Amino acid sequence: MSRNPNAAETADAWDAVVRFDDVSMRYGREPETLRDLSFSLPQGSFHFVTGPSGAGKTSLLKLIYLAAQPSKGLLHLFGQDVVQTPAEVRPFLRRRIGVVFQEFRLLDHLSAFDNAAVPLRIAGRKPDSYRQDVAELLTWVGLKDRMHALPPTLAGGEKQRLAIARAVVGRPDILLADEPTGNVDHEMGLRILRLFLELNRLGTTVLIATHDQDLVARSGMPVLHLEDGRLAHMGPVSAGARP
Amino acid sequence: MSRRRTSGPFDLDRWRPAPFLPERDTRDSALVFVVAVLCFLACLTALGVIASDRAARGWSHQLSGEMTVIVRPKANETPDSAAARAAETLAGVPGVAEARALEREKAEALIAPWLGEAADLADLPVPRLVAVVLDREAPASAQSLERALLARGLDAVVDDHTTWLADIQRGAAIARWVGLGVFLLISAAAAAVVAFATRAGLAARREVVELLHLTGAEDAFIARLFQVRFAQMAAGAGLVGAACAAVLGAAMRLGGGGQGLTPVLPVAWSDLLAVLPCPLAAALVAAVAARVTAASLIRELS
Repeated sequence: MSRNPNAAETADAWDAVVRFDDVSMRYGREPETLRDLSFSLPQGSFHFVTGPSGAGKTSLLKLIYLAAQPSKGLLHLFGQDVVQTPAEVRPFLRRRIGVVFQEFRLLDHLSAFDNAAVPLRIAGRKPDSYRQDVAELLTWVGLKDRMHALPPTLAGGEKQRLAIARAVVGRPDILLADEPTGNVDHEMGLRILRLFLELNRLGTTVLIATHDQDLVARSGMPVLHLEDGRLAHMGPVSAGARP
Repeated sequence: MSRRRTSGPFDLDRWRPAPFLPERDTRDSALVFVVAVLCFLACLTALGVIASDRAARGWSHQLSGEMTVIVRPKANETPDSAAARAAETLAGVPGVAEARALEREKAEALIAPWLGEAADLADLPVPRLVAVVLDREAPASAQSLERALLARGLDAVVDDHTTWLADIQRGAAIARWVGLGVFLLISAAAAAVVAFATRAGLAARREVVELLHLTGAEDAFIARLFQVRFAQMAAGAGLVGAACAAVLGAAMRLGGGGQGLTPVLPVAWSDLLAVLPCPLAAALVAAVAARVTAASLIRELS
């Protein structure tokens, strides 16, 4: 199973793979979506990000996978200040992060196999070196018979599982998932949770944004609960911090 | 129908990684068509400019290599004999390649437009003309011709075409510059459209740029993907446009015989070589446009 669920609270913040210091974020001239967030995620921790729609869960993930920048405060990733990190270094930080996007972002002209292999190809792996790994992973997520299918022919749940396979195929240091069980049945949701827990056991820091209360409850993992862009609660799931 | 390479039950083609950018995209058809048409027009204009330049040089060359001598017969000789004597005299002047007395009919034909059809040329003392072709290497001057004619007691005026030559040369220069201007304008328009179409095509693949970017692809890697793809596409379209222009140029050359379609626009076989750089130029423009656009898109994402 996973490491200490409360690792975030006890770890030295400077050893954290993700550290927010009074971070705020806004889109253009809009009001701030995230406000004054301060927390850190140690390596190997597992957290859910919960909160009502519009609370800022997706924006929080965007900051971590470097699709957005803080408008205020300091955000450290793998010990580096992301604002100060040179542009040519950022791609290498991104390669250490696997992301399951809420809208999947699959490339329609690539087969399921090629979609799953995208991070490995970008990292410079040769097809011969990853073919078996990708095939095994796709088999594990139940897409063994759909490896050569194009995304438009996949069902919603299949797309989601493919997006998950792509996010984890490179054994990322951080795994971010935005509603990863939103389009799958209960049984597949549990399988996906087991996959995330297994990756976490191997050292991957996992952060999952979800509305799925059952998933959070079953995992027993701590939550980062957002309310109106602020961190309302961090720690074990409590009655006041329902997803 | 494509053939797949198989090795027993394992189909290699199915496992070969597909390119990050779609190999064929229906959205590209319009881009290919537009680029091909513009390259065709640019090539055609280039051929026109080269041919018109050749025509202008030809006119200048022809006029500057010839003189016309107007011979007025004296009282004791006929116009024909005066013209013949003048031609004989001029043929002996150094720097003259050929001197030939024109028949009365030709002289009348030359002045007829000035007098109108009602005039009876038979009653008029029409001067005879001698056409003088000069030696290209060391042409005789108008003064030397006048001196030779005077020495033989001939009443003649030498027209070295200076008046016409200046006008022709000015007209030729204008035609040359206008042609060049039109060529540059069409080329610039072609380049702008190639760039615009490339930007549009690239913007349509924004999702690919975003995903690669967020998955950790370096900016140069993404830009190179688009650069190569659009350069190949533009080169193909440029090749089609250039080939069509070359075929049309060849048809003009064949249809017009030795002088091309018309003496005003004489196309030579060697002119067709002018279309060769077109695919390369189109590819270059598309590559630059794709790189700039990709860089701009990536900047937006960052």
